[in-house]
Amino acid sequence: MSGATRKGVVLHLGVVALLAGLQFVLPAYHHGNLARVMVLASFALGYNVMFGYTGLLSLGHAMFFAAGLYGMGLAMRHLGLPALPALALGVLCGAALAALVGLLALRTAGVAFMIVTLMFAQTGYLTILYFGAFTRGDEGFVIPRAARRIGALDLSEPTTRYFAALLLLGLCLFATLALVRSSTGRVLIAIRENEDRARMLGYDVFRYKLLAMVISGAMAGAAGAAYGLLFGYVGATFASVQYSIFPLLWVLLGGAGTVLGPLVGTLFMFYLIDLSSGFTSAYMLIAGVALVLLTLFAPRGLMGLVRARLVPWLP
Amino acid sequence: MAAVTLLSATGITRDFGGLRAVDQVDFELPEGQIRALIGPNGAGKTTFVNLLCGRLAPSAGRIVFAGEDVTRLPAHARIARGMAYTFQITSIFAALSLYDNVALAAQRRLAAGEGLGAAVAAALGRVGLAGRADQTAGDLSYGHQRLLEIAMGLAQRPRLLILDEPTQGLSDAEIEDFIALIRSVARDATILLIEHNMDVVMTLAERITVMDFGAVLAEGTPGEIKADRAVRIAYLGG
Amino acid sequence: MDFGPYLLLASMEGAVQAAVLALMALGLSLVFGVMRVVNIAHGEFFMLGAVLAWWFTSLVGGHPAFGFALALIGAPLIVGLVAVAADLLVLKRLDYDPERTIVATIGLLYIIQQLALEFYGPDARPVAAPFSWRIDLPWFGYSGYKLFVIAAAVVIMLGVWALLTRTRIGLVMRATQFDSETAQAFGIPVGRVYTMVFGLGAMLAALAAVLIVPIQQAHYLMGGDPLLLSFIVVIIGGLGSLRGTVVAAVLIGMSDGIISVFFSPTLAKILATLLVALVLVYRPTGLFGTRTA
Repeated sequence: MSGATRKGVVLHLGVVALLAGLQFVLPAYHHGNLARVMVLASFALGYNVMFGYTGLLSLGHAMFFAAGLYGMGLAMRHLGLPALPALALGVLCGAALAALVGLLALRTAGVAFMIVTLMFAQTGYLTILYFGAFTRGDEGFVIPRAARRIGALDLSEPTTRYFAALLLLGLCLFATLALVRSSTGRVLIAIRENEDRARMLGYDVFRYKLLAMVISGAMAGAAGAAYGLLFGYVGATFASVQYSIFPLLWVLLGGAGTVLGPLVGTLFMFYLIDLSSGFTSAYMLIAGVALVLLTLFAPRGLMGLVRARLVPWLP
Repeated sequence: MAAVTLLSATGITRDFGGLRAVDQVDFELPEGQIRALIGPNGAGKTTFVNLLCGRLAPSAGRIVFAGEDVTRLPAHARIARGMAYTFQITSIFAALSLYDNVALAAQRRLAAGEGLGAAVAAALGRVGLAGRADQTAGDLSYGHQRLLEIAMGLAQRPRLLILDEPTQGLSDAEIEDFIALIRSVARDATILLIEHNMDVVMTLAERITVMDFGAVLAEGTPGEIKADRAVRIAYLGG
Repeated sequence: MDFGPYLLLASMEGAVQAAVLALMALGLSLVFGVMRVVNIAHGEFFMLGAVLAWWFTSLVGGHPAFGFALALIGAPLIVGLVAVAADLLVLKRLDYDPERTIVATIGLLYIIQQLALEFYGPDARPVAAPFSWRIDLPWFGYSGYKLFVIAAAVVIMLGVWALLTRTRIGLVMRATQFDSETAQAFGIPVGRVYTMVFGLGAMLAALAAVLIVPIQQAHYLMGGDPLLLSFIVVIIGGLGSLRGTVVAAVLIGMSDGIISVFFSPTLAKILATLLVALVLVYRPTGLFGTRTA
């Protein structure tokens, strides 16, 4: 067991080192893209804790991303909070909202859980629009460059931004790795595999699910807050249904229940959409086709296939 | 030594719609005993143990376990207090390794996973599955899956081990091993056994409770039950 | 305008809403009830119906009634065929697994919506009403076509009701809804029933769209709001209960119409979505559904 753990740690360190190295060779356009992908992949990693490891399919994860984004953004805009405490507040908002929604939604399961989370997310989105006086609704607002600083670090400067995104991604990657290797992670996987059996081994299934949801919400909130800080924009689009579907798509594509899957899926889909948006405005067609094909032919996703065919120890 | 009551149920009743599956059952189980629960199909045995361990809520009645009223406690809390339940239909984590299956049963009582590896190895060893820890549980033969299920029960170190038809589908040789295993487990746990195989029941049980139509028909030693006319008519076929 | 007439106008607008919503939600409810499939792409079948209605009416010259009649037959047929194809190519292959079909229908949503964007474009386009007479009330004039929409929706719903309760096909559908395994054992071709129901559900959405499009214009993003509202209706009415669905549609459609006149529509939607989430959490059989064991 410990051999596999070590291999896992080395693999993920390697991935982080590779991403750090890419920073020096990438042209500016892809450099910026990759920073964006890393933040969004952190969002997907959070989604994976719930969906991939605990088996909870949420259709409302945009609300946790948006909780981080707006928790951070509104605190900076209206309360004049500096970047670092605002970031922390964003994480807290994501986790707290997840706890609140979880307390209600986890009373349901399966299809009902999907719809309840979808409805709560929609409520959140509409609430942002309704309080347009504070949130500037659909239009959103910009966080001025001068405010996007932590100490001497200028988060709007591309290299700093890239490494900040990498730091977030690294934290989420290793947090996930530690979680799934822990006894808590084992219980989450047990709940995914056979909830009744887990309960009859003495585990309070509800509490574990809630924990998974809070961890997931905290990661989504961190990603949302970081996104706003690094790219300087806070808008209601990030709370819309589309941003609830995206993490599902990324995780499905990359491989649910694998630690690297969310990163691979996000990277792949980001560039697919980026490339196709050069040809047509109907670029979300790619996302739709991908969802249908994945559910039909590759429900385990890319890294799931890698694990099944090549690398059985892949975490 | 005067036996201490580990588990007692009074007036336990459960209705499904208009149907009364378990009707006013009083049941007492002293610590350290091997008790068998028998009865024809549909007598309410599985429903009754599901009420005991909390998978179902009773419509009426009271359950006391180790001196504590657990009637309102959810299943996981009762398990955490020292009950263990092995399923009639094999219910393991098929996609996980044997190690993970047993570790899930053992880790709850071990602080910070200390000695987890040893505990898992010990439980697997007792059922004769040592050395298979890395195999995927779903790949095991049916008989071995039943043994894994029992290993998961053992790994919890329960005070009360409830076994729902554990020998179903096992070969004669496997059943003999099973009997020896239960005898050794019984040294430090109380055992409640639902069983159809009368040889197993008569060999293992110290006392037998017979259920029919959701109620207790008779209770006594194997000898008494064998001699009981009502039981023979209702169950053993005269 | 005084309060009285104003309320009357709001109620009439609400009734039009309710009629269309009932049709659309009936389709969603039928699909869920019989197949246990939550069809997230239902709104896109509605949109497709509207876009096709525009296309059919643009084909035919002369009196707008001709084009409209053509659309009323053609659009639901094509949408029904699209749904049948989706069922055969996707849903059937997933064995109607509840969670995976939801993900797949999200995929279908984007496929249909984005294809509409590609071929129909981002503009909203009007469709002429088949007739234009107005009813003169003492306080305001009211479009006769809107009253026609209500009447047509009622007729269609009665048709669906008759289909379900008076025909062999309906009996087969109800048997499948009640217990698909037993139905299968009695020789009912459950697979074909599912395909048919999915097609029928989509056709109801398309019919609703054809009826509303002379009032509302066709646009490739128009599927979202009706989808949300039908979800609300189906959940409040009790998942899979057709009678509950119709009652809830009238209630939600009327109150949404009336509330939107007096309050902010966003606030109305916030309250509605929140209500739905809480109903699912605390009363999963809906407010009108009956609890079954």
